[in-house]
Amino acid sequence: MKLKLATMALGAVMAAAPAMADLVFPSLSYRTGPYAAGGIPFADGYADYFTLLNARDGGIGGVPTKLLECETGYNTEKGVECYESTKGEGALVYQPLSTGITYQLIPKVTADGIPLHTMGYGRTSAANGKVFSNVFNYPANYWNGASLIVNHLLEENGGDLKGKKIALLYHNSAYGKEPIRTLEELSKKHGYDLTLIPVDHPGQEQKSQWLQIRRERPDNVIMYGWGVMNQVAVQEAANIRFPMENFIGVWWSGSENDVLPAGDKANGYKAVTFHNVGSDFPVFDDIQKYVVDAGNAAGAGDQIGTALYNRGLYAAMLAAEAAANAQKIHGTADITPAMMRDGMEALEITEARMGELGMPNFGPSFKVSCENHGGPGTGAIAQWDASAKSWSLISDFSESDMSVIQPLIDADSAAYAAENKIAEGCK
Amino acid sequence: MFYREAGDFKTSYDADNQTFPIKFDRIGYYVALLVAFLVVPFMINDYWVNAIFLPFLIYAIAAIGLNILVGYCGQVSLGTGGFMAVGAYACYKLMTSFPEVNIFFHVILAGGITAIVGILFGLPSLRIKGFYLAVATLAAQFFLVWLFNRVPWFYNYSASGQISAPERTLFGVPVTGANTSAWATYLFCLVFLVLCALVARNLTRGMAGRKWMAIRDMDIAAEIIGVNPLKAKMTAFGVSSFFIGISGALFFAVYLGAVEVGEAFGISKSFLVLFMVIIGGLGSIFGSFAGAAFLVLLPVLLKNVLVGGLGWPTDTAAHLEFLIVGALIVTFLIAEPHGLAQLWRVTKEKLRLWPFPH
Repeated sequence: MKLKLATMALGAVMAAAPAMADLVFPSLSYRTGPYAAGGIPFADGYADYFTLLNARDGGIGGVPTKLLECETGYNTEKGVECYESTKGEGALVYQPLSTGITYQLIPKVTADGIPLHTMGYGRTSAANGKVFSNVFNYPANYWNGASLIVNHLLEENGGDLKGKKIALLYHNSAYGKEPIRTLEELSKKHGYDLTLIPVDHPGQEQKSQWLQIRRERPDNVIMYGWGVMNQVAVQEAANIRFPMENFIGVWWSGSENDVLPAGDKANGYKAVTFHNVGSDFPVFDDIQKYVVDAGNAAGAGDQIGTALYNRGLYAAMLAAEAAANAQKIHGTADITPAMMRDGMEALEITEARMGELGMPNFGPSFKVSCENHGGPGTGAIAQWDASAKSWSLISDFSESDMSVIQPLIDADSAAYAAENKIAEGCK
Repeated sequence: MFYREAGDFKTSYDADNQTFPIKFDRIGYYVALLVAFLVVPFMINDYWVNAIFLPFLIYAIAAIGLNILVGYCGQVSLGTGGFMAVGAYACYKLMTSFPEVNIFFHVILAGGITAIVGILFGLPSLRIKGFYLAVATLAAQFFLVWLFNRVPWFYNYSASGQISAPERTLFGVPVTGANTSAWATYLFCLVFLVLCALVARNLTRGMAGRKWMAIRDMDIAAEIIGVNPLKAKMTAFGVSSFFIGISGALFFAVYLGAVEVGEAFGISKSFLVLFMVIIGGLGSIFGSFAGAAFLVLLPVLLKNVLVGGLGWPTDTAAHLEFLIVGALIVTFLIAEPHGLAQLWRVTKEKLRLWPFPH
């Protein structure tokens, strides 16, 4: 009881100090636990971009930004706590970097009128903005990723995958199960055999899965893994001498942390990505100048330019652009979450704008609309060079097979709309 | 001085047998109930209810359930997470199959279904004891999680395997789904907790509870004095799973709203509830509350102090949180192996003598 009273007293103090003047961007990050290897670089990139905006431009439209970081540990219960503790402070957009937390937040943000941006993860059918008014997953989603991987395999095999055996090694959770439907539909279309191999959380133990792969000898292995599961899988693949160039991960299985532990044996491992790799962009000079040299780099500051750091940076850039867009639409610098939503729905990223931001050719140019919250769904294949310790793109950014994906999105969002009695329509 | 039996006269057996024989306790109990039902609902907001009260109330129900099995009947169980999952999935299937039935009954029914599953997995306890039983219940944990991941019928064939609670109302007020208000979900769970605690308290001091305790203390002796071990153990598993099922249903439907079985009901959940029972005190209803409060509130408190109050980086705070909670658990168990409940008992004994201990 005493403890309860103490908590109450403390909580009251916490709740009594909101800072409404700033543009608040909560960062539900995870720097601890089995998924920290992925969570740290993303959170660093996300934080550094807002630090850069504050230092270089004085914020967005003259209003300083404020980053509220909250540790979720990739755990849904802590995610709820983080959401509730930050939403009262004027949080403009949530990016939980966890499909489990996303599923939980979708109804909550919709009821609270706060936008949710799940870039390349979350519920794929949220791409249908007529049903998911407050959820955005541009510029690409899981199903785009699956289709892009299959497209790459088609290209490698001269456009024919008949009789090929493809195994999907996936994290046995909502995240890992997402691409199954798409890959099944694509297998009907292209005639390959699909084997499903689940790996349970957290994925440190994969001996039996790789034994199965060794026995069945699939031509290609596609991986939907996250956290410690990725590095274990790459290591196990190296152990059974599975040819690395036939092993392709989705973008969440394509960071430096995943391939470095396996050393030279990881050479040739591929991953699909929806944004560019490396640190050869003008924006990184600004980050060096305004953030790193000023001693304000988030975390340990050793992640700059890594794949997931770039993704966090990209996510922050899109959020900042949407906020600027919202300021323009509503003619006020002090925007609310509802205005932010409008800014996201009317967001247009052009190549020229990317150039101005110092990120030329970093991501696709696209336009969000009420009908399409999912962006263009383009991506490229990156390959790991173990001797240079770097990723490089081995293909151009190309389109995914929307003729297969769009009907799936429509069906799944319609089912959600029926379940929750949502009338389809634009706001 | 004021905390003693002297002067508190009872004139009937009922009065003599009541839960709180000391007047001061009794008043405290009524005040706590009054505050919980009439004051708290008017004061809480979304943060308080979702970050503190709901997890506390729901874990307290689970801890009471497990305490009956482990603390009163002496059967070690590591299957709590799995049984909570049964409650959650039963509630989900009932909610989606019979949307016209009130959610209150769904939660109770989910408890009932979990009780049946619990009895089923309790059957091995007739032959195996102690650590071996723990391993058997561990098998239940893994089997149940695997089952809910594996069979699409349980999650209505959704693409991701997630289950999401649709909106359901009680007297026209939504208690599940997105449009709930803080007081409604709080009161809904509070009613279940109070009911469960009352039932548990009265079961444990009645014949059923005495049988369980006889089995716990020495099963052979219990059998000789006429306790049927089959019935005693099975009722313990049934009642315990019933409560755990209710907590699982509430955990999914009211608290989280969307659940993924491996993440929400994994082995760590079993350990968490077991820790609550051990830290709170085996064989004590108050201990279940104290243990749940300790393990739910302490991390939130530490987070608010370290990150919110001192402004430390979140990762340092999260690591420190593990260290502090771990160290406190060890310290507590060394200082008082019988848990927080025993600490409270000792305090009460001291209070009776105070201020003249000699």
